[in-house]
Amino acid sequence: MLIRWAFAAAVALAPLGAAAGAAAGAEVPRRVVSINLCTDQLAMALAAPGQLLSVSALAHDPRTSLMAEQAGDFPANHGRAEEIYLMRPDLVLASTFTTPATLSMLRRLNVPVVTFEPEVSLDGITASILQMGDALGRADQAAAMARDFRRDLAALRRAAGDDAPVAATWAANGYMTGTRTLSSDVLRAAGFSLLAERLGLEVGAMIPLELLLMADPDAVVVGPSGSAPARADDVVHHPALARSGAERIEVDDREWICGLPAVLDLARELGSTRARLSGQTGEPSR
Amino acid sequence: MSNRALLAALALLCAVLFAASVLTGPADAGIRDSLVALFHDDGGPLTLVMREIRLPRAVLGLMAGASLGLAGAAIQGFLRNPLAEPGLIGVSASAALGAVLAIHTGLAATAVLALPLSGLAGALVAVALILGIAGGAGQGGLEHGRGGSFGLILAGVAVSAFAGALTSLVLNLSPNPFAASEIVFWLMGSLADRSWAEVWTALPVMAAGWALLVFAARDLDALTLGEEAASSLGVNLSRLRLTIVLGVAAAVGATTAVAGAIGFVGLVVPHLLRSAVGGLPSRLLPASALGGAALVLAADIAVRLILPERDLKLGVMMALVGTPVFLHLIHRIRRGA
Repeated sequence: MLIRWAFAAAVALAPLGAAAGAAAGAEVPRRVVSINLCTDQLAMALAAPGQLLSVSALAHDPRTSLMAEQAGDFPANHGRAEEIYLMRPDLVLASTFTTPATLSMLRRLNVPVVTFEPEVSLDGITASILQMGDALGRADQAAAMARDFRRDLAALRRAAGDDAPVAATWAANGYMTGTRTLSSDVLRAAGFSLLAERLGLEVGAMIPLELLLMADPDAVVVGPSGSAPARADDVVHHPALARSGAERIEVDDREWICGLPAVLDLARELGSTRARLSGQTGEPSR
Repeated sequence: MSNRALLAALALLCAVLFAASVLTGPADAGIRDSLVALFHDDGGPLTLVMREIRLPRAVLGLMAGASLGLAGAAIQGFLRNPLAEPGLIGVSASAALGAVLAIHTGLAATAVLALPLSGLAGALVAVALILGIAGGAGQGGLEHGRGGSFGLILAGVAVSAFAGALTSLVLNLSPNPFAASEIVFWLMGSLADRSWAEVWTALPVMAAGWALLVFAARDLDALTLGEEAASSLGVNLSRLRLTIVLGVAAAVGATTAVAGAIGFVGLVVPHLLRSAVGGLPSRLLPASALGGAALVLAADIAVRLILPERDLKLGVMMALVGTPVFLHLIHRIRRGA
């Protein structure tokens, strides 16, 4: 895990040159613009007052952002090179998945850009916190946050019992997330074992409802109902799923879309559901 | 082959394909186990899969195929044009637009029949428009024959493109991030992971359509002699027109609302069966209903055999079968046969 982090960080930082140097050295960025939902939220948690100029519009949307209220203090941007350049930033925070055209345009305009890998594990969150601390010149605050996070995570993992009920995530169009995703890691930390593991899914895939039912998981983790209607969601509400006897657990996407320390709150909540399920089934470990 | 023997053979084919459809799926259970689980509830997941996923899927395939086959035969009989097919003349695309509007405005969730009736409403606009352009019984319009055929198809292409574009627009405007991925479903059709809920909501509207089209069969027979002869035989042409419009809209609209736009069924099936029934609409209608059901069931089995774990759309299989038939028909019409 550590090796992967080191590799990811090296890849993320390699093309930055000036930006990384400025962040690590004496020069602390004063005009920081974040253009990715996840860097938005981590930056809001770590930045010094006045350091952050703008966050993305998604961070203002309570459907996707856990920090929509705090985001209200910052003007929204839409991740377009032109509007970002006009803000005269001395650092732009982005994801490695941000549109390459935008990133290369910003670099051509000599705007320093730091990119963050999307989180695929809980341990990766520590790495991102530290990377954000370096980029913002807030290494001490980041180290403290990372320390607390590691402590809480270790406590959570100790609390997970031996009996691990099988959980499966299940979303629109029958999409199941794979083992190498943050949501799977959160479920593992909460003490579940994963159906995706048995199916050999690493990233995730559309799974026919039939296969989900035949695998007979103890819990199915779905998004909340009540968003805009779409036929793609029908399969999440299929009557056969309701009759299957699997516990239906609803998790808001925004809770684990980004690797923030707050995912541990969700993991604790899932952990108590898991404890109840373990008590109910009364089966020894499967 | 006598008409009765033909219908019996087609019914038998449907029964065999229905059984095969129930036994086909990504969950690789043996035939014996599957049948035991279907008829005897042992509380296991296989019973749930057989009764709640496979069975409604096969029933829906049967209903959808019958509706499309029947609608194709009826509209071809009325226009006396072998190219008239709900998918080709834009009825399916318009029905899809009606259904998409109902789902994404929330109307579909307000009443049980709101979804199939919205499909019907969408289909109705297209049928009325196409019959208005292509003419047909009692209205003059485009001449039967070459010009008529191509005018009809061109009008259908325009209506299809327009309805398809609006469907894409509605789905792209939806705040639900998955809505845009539905476009393929509405264009190509699929029976994957449907439930009894779809069967029960679509059935009443489909059945109303079937009844109207069967009711029109005798008049369509008379119409084969020409409009004037039909009128002199006591056929009320404007009433016949209304019956066909409503019947086709109900059958195709309800089908499309729950299974997406499945093309070519109404083209291929009547074409294959027409000579066997002696070209008589009253015989072609029931034969086409059974043939359509068999074709959709077969295609739905094929998509699950080719890509068991993905939702390959029915439209892919239909185009493979349908396009050669369509081109063959165009060739024949151009030669003036």
